[in-house]
Parts: sequence; C-alpha cells; structure tokens
Amino acid sequence: MTHESKKSAVPLIETRGLKKFFKVRNGLLHAVDNVSITIPAKNTLGVVGESGCGKSTLGRTVLRLIEPTAGQVLYEGEDITAFDKHQMRQMRRKMQIIFQDPYSSINPRMSVAEIIAEYMLINHTCASKAEAFQRTAELMDVVGLARRYAGVYPHELDGGRRQRIGIARALSLRPKFIVCDEPVSALDVSIQAQILNLLMDIQDDMGLTYMFITHDLSVVKHISDEIIVMYLGQCVERATSDGLFASPLHPYTQALLAAIPEPDIEMRNKKIQVIRGEVTSPVNPPPGCRFASRCEKATDLCRAQTPELIEHTSGHWVACHLYDK
Amino acid sequence: MSEKFLQVRDLSVQYRTDLETVYAVNHINFELEKGQTIGLVGETGAGKTTTALTLMRLLPEKTGRVTSGTVTFEGQNIYDLPDETMHTIRGHHIAMIFQDPMTSLNPVMTVGEQIAEALELHNTDGKTREQIEARVDEVLRMVGIPPERKTNFPHQFSGGMKQRVVIAMALVCEPDLLIADEPTTALDVTIQAQVINMIRELRDRLGTAMIMITHDLGIVAQTCDNVAVMYAGRIIEAGTAFDIFKGEIRHPYTVGLFSSIPNLREKTARLTPIPGLMPDPTQLPAGCSFAPRCPHATERCRTEPPSVWRSGTHVIECHLLEGRGGWTKEGRE
Repeated sequence: MTHESKKSAVPLIETRGLKKFFKVRNGLLHAVDNVSITIPAKNTLGVVGESGCGKSTLGRTVLRLIEPTAGQVLYEGEDITAFDKHQMRQMRRKMQIIFQDPYSSINPRMSVAEIIAEYMLINHTCASKAEAFQRTAELMDVVGLARRYAGVYPHELDGGRRQRIGIARALSLRPKFIVCDEPVSALDVSIQAQILNLLMDIQDDMGLTYMFITHDLSVVKHISDEIIVMYLGQCVERATSDGLFASPLHPYTQALLAAIPEPDIEMRNKKIQVIRGEVTSPVNPPPGCRFASRCEKATDLCRAQTPELIEHTSGHWVACHLYDK
Repeated sequence: MSEKFLQVRDLSVQYRTDLETVYAVNHINFELEKGQTIGLVGETGAGKTTTALTLMRLLPEKTGRVTSGTVTFEGQNIYDLPDETMHTIRGHHIAMIFQDPMTSLNPVMTVGEQIAEALELHNTDGKTREQIEARVDEVLRMVGIPPERKTNFPHQFSGGMKQRVVIAMALVCEPDLLIADEPTTALDVTIQAQVINMIRELRDRLGTAMIMITHDLGIVAQTCDNVAVMYAGRIIEAGTAFDIFKGEIRHPYTVGLFSSIPNLREKTARLTPIPGLMPDPTQLPAGCSFAPRCPHATERCRTEPPSVWRSGTHVIECHLLEGRGGWTKEGRE
C-alpha cells in the first residue's frame, strides 16, 4: 500500500468508545455513553436527536472543549486526547465550531471585522495586522457579508448575518473540520436555506469535513452523507442519509420520522404517530435499552441487557434486540 | 352575508416611539367560522403575533395602537367595548397559548392554583371551591397530566408537560376561540406530535375555533382548514389549505417558502432560498413589499402596490394575477 492510499483510508475524525459523564447531585449523568463514530475527510456526519440526547456534548467532546471521561478521539489517526496543552493549541486551528446562537457566541463590543480577525491575531497566522484585515475582507466575501458591514456591531445585524460572522470566524484559521451545532435552528426558513447552501458551498470549495448537529430531520437529511441517531447519550442507529430515511430500523428512529408533520396536504388526515411518554433521566440509567420504557416492542430482554450496535445490513448499524441474529 | 363568528376588517397596527413608527400590521382582512381553524403563517417579523395580541386587546399600551379597521367578535367590535367587558371576554371566550411555556407560567404558584385562577376570575355561574377543584382535575386529565400533580410547581415539569399545563389553562373556561401562538416551537418533535394530536382532538371534541400561528408549513398542513400567509404585516395570500398547498398559482413568496424547506421524500441537491431579507417595518417599500426579493418583480411592482385578486376561496395580492383568467380584482383595501 502506498503512503497516499493509506492516508486516504484513515478517516479524518474517529472516536472510540467515547464517554462523557457529568457528576450531578444524585449521581452520574451519562451525557455521552460509549459512542464510536468515523467521519471520512470531506464528508458530513449528521448527528440527530432530541434535547438532552447528548449531541452537543458529543460535538464539544470531539473538539476536547470538554474533556472525555473515557475513550479516544482520533484526528487523522492520532489520538488527540493524549495531546498536551501546546499540541492541542496547534490542533485547535484545524478544528472549529459554529454555534446555534451566533449572538451569544460573539463579543457584542467588537465590530464585525474585529470579531472575524480575532482568531488570526491571537494565533499570529498572518504576518501583520493589515494582512489579517485583508483576509477578513476576503472571508466576508466568501460568506456573503457585504464589506460595508466591517465596522458595524453585531446587534445591528439580523440573525442570518450574525451566523455568517460565526461562519467567517470559524473559517479564518483554515480548518479542516467544523462542528456545526444547530447552526440554522434559530433562523427563519428562507434564511435557513441561504445558510445551508453557504455551508455546502464552502465545504465543496475548501474540502471541509462537518459534524452537523441538529434536531431537524429534514435539514439533517439534506446536508448529511451519513447520520447517527442518538438517544440518551447512545448511538442507536447509524446509516447513510438515504438508507436511514428509506428504511429506519430502530423503533426510536421510526417514531422520530413518523412524528414529523409533513408539509403535504394529502397527508393531513393521517394521524401523526405518537410515542408514549418522554425522555427518561440520563442520571444513573438502569441497565438495558434506554428506549425500552417508551418502546411498544420492548421485551424483558430489552429491560435487562443493553443492545450492542451491530451492522444489520452493509453500512446500516442498529442497537436494538429486535435485530439480534 | 350572515354574521361571522370572528371578522377582521382592514386592521392596521403600528408601534410608535419618539424615534420611529413600526408598521407591524397593514390593512389585513380575514374571518373565521365557529369550530374552524385558520393558520397564520409567516416568518419572524411578519406581524403574526401582533395580530394575535390585537385580537386579545393586549397590545403594549404605550407604543402599540390600532390605526385602522375593526375586529368583530360575535357581532361586536371588541375595540368599542369597555375594559370590563373585555376582561370577561379575554380568558373566558378568547384564550391564548403562548410560544414559551416557561415564561407564561408563574414560578411561585402551583399549577393547580394557576389553572383555578382563570375559573375563579370567570366564575359566572357561582361554582363552589369543590366544583372548581373538580374542574381543574378534569382539565388536567384531558391534557394527559395526572391530577395528583396539580400541587407541583412549574419547575417540576418538563417542557412538554409545561406546555400541556398552559393548554389546560387556556381550555379550562371552554373558550369559543383559541389563539395558539407557535404552541410547539419550543418542543421536541416527538413531544410536538403528542401536543398537536391533543390540540386536534380537543378542538374537535369541544368545537373550539382556532387561530394557529406558526412558521411550520407541516403543522399548517396537519391542522388548518384555511390559511393566511403574512409578509411584512400584510396577508399576501389566503385561501383554503388546498389553495395554499396545491393551488394552480401561488404568491411568489409562498412558493419561496415551500422551496426553502428541505424535502423529506426527494433528494434535492440544492435548496432555493428567497434571496435577501424582509424589509425594515419602519420603512416599507412603496410598491409590493416583497418586490425587492421577488424573482418576477417588474418596475410596476416596485412603485405601485398590487391589488387583491380572487378566484373562489383563493386570494392573492400580486400584480402577476392581472389579466389571468378566472381571477377578479377586489381592490386594495
């Protein structure tokens, strides 16, 4: 095997048995529990689930913004959880994050150009301040922010433009990997479509790899190559975007897809499929499948033994005893 | 034409401060029959919530004012009524569910007390304490909360449960009209499905008329008989749900809204967003307010406000309809 082909076989991002537990008053909160993912370079992994399923914690743990409790995060095959502070600082340039609410993630007392230039100035990636601001202007062109906004403050801009600032700032250090944490959830649909197109365009132009975290199933289907479905800290299903929507296997995924109200008048008399109850507590979860208490097909086995994530058909993984062979 | 249950005619609302005037709602018309549901659809700033607050007479006193039009509820213009009469209508005949259940519940009262509060306030038939308590239990059961939990405080409930409490509060007096302002936007999709199903069931059982305010076309398709699409304070298109979803021609903005949503069934390589932004409501354009973003806009669209065109139940405010067979002019109101 040549060096080149060996390198392309290594995914850009990989996690192995990643866990993040938080100590809370009455025990351990299993926010991310034994999640293993791989994201090939230039691909998008969608992470979907409801609030409290651990998807944002997963994104932050992959970036080591939160230290994992156990498990590894590999960047091009290298374990970054073993990196020291200095190595991690170098690594951070390659890994960036875009947040849901751009307004609470930017300093309101800095102008648009200052916000975008800040990372470049801190990291000394440009030879001079003038060069940093030159590149800032170029980045504003890339994300579709008119240069006349360089001197204005974020509160003067609408949500869509603020999100463009967040994207320009994330791109400023020429990263290879970006965690997009609900980047369009706070935006109106017409603006949401503009931002989704922008994210897909810059991915093609710059060869970026995304981890795209969202609760919105139609968005995740649109942008992802592969999707993982999370429930209470665990990955319950993993498949290609088309595979997941064509034949969802896990009862939770099926319930999630059935719950979407479709913008189609012919579906209006279809009663929306409803699953009972609500998400149970992730604090000290009992053994067994975490979805069992809401699952109509649950058996005693489900309540006793945690199902493993197994490859049901090629490329389609599911953690459910219904598919035990 | 017989007397309508709710009729909104030529309604305009402005928010005025010393610095500027926000033209929040501009000459809108719609009506609602008993037991029907109308969807008010549009994006942030379209004037949906202002319309709802105007129907409840809950506009902020200092800044908000109705500058034209009437809101006729069961034959009376609510803006002609004395405050006391409005107090009995609000909560008793017209109730509202707000988007964020966290901010519409009192954190230091138990949920049972909060639901009972509305009954005590509108206790026209002299219910006793026991009857009120029994009614609270009944309405909690109706929204799927065990009555034992009425002594709990809001923070002891999850988001979906809190929204059920808010719905119970709105329904406890059996209003004739329920205004739901983005009732499920803050909820997860599986909980949203539970709440939507519950709202549909209760509406059908109690015969409540409803105004469903939402930006989600999926919810509109699932719950509404009629739809009004709002843009920059105007209703730019209205009709039956069928007209809006399957009409032979639709307003360019409505078309844009639909093509902005990623499709769950088909693979689209690229979305077709509406370029640009909604106009600043303090400075609306001279012609059609959608013209700056419209792919079909002509010089006329930028200078001359479009007329309202009607074909049966379907109404569109757009110059494109001019000269189209089957469409007649209603004039701009």
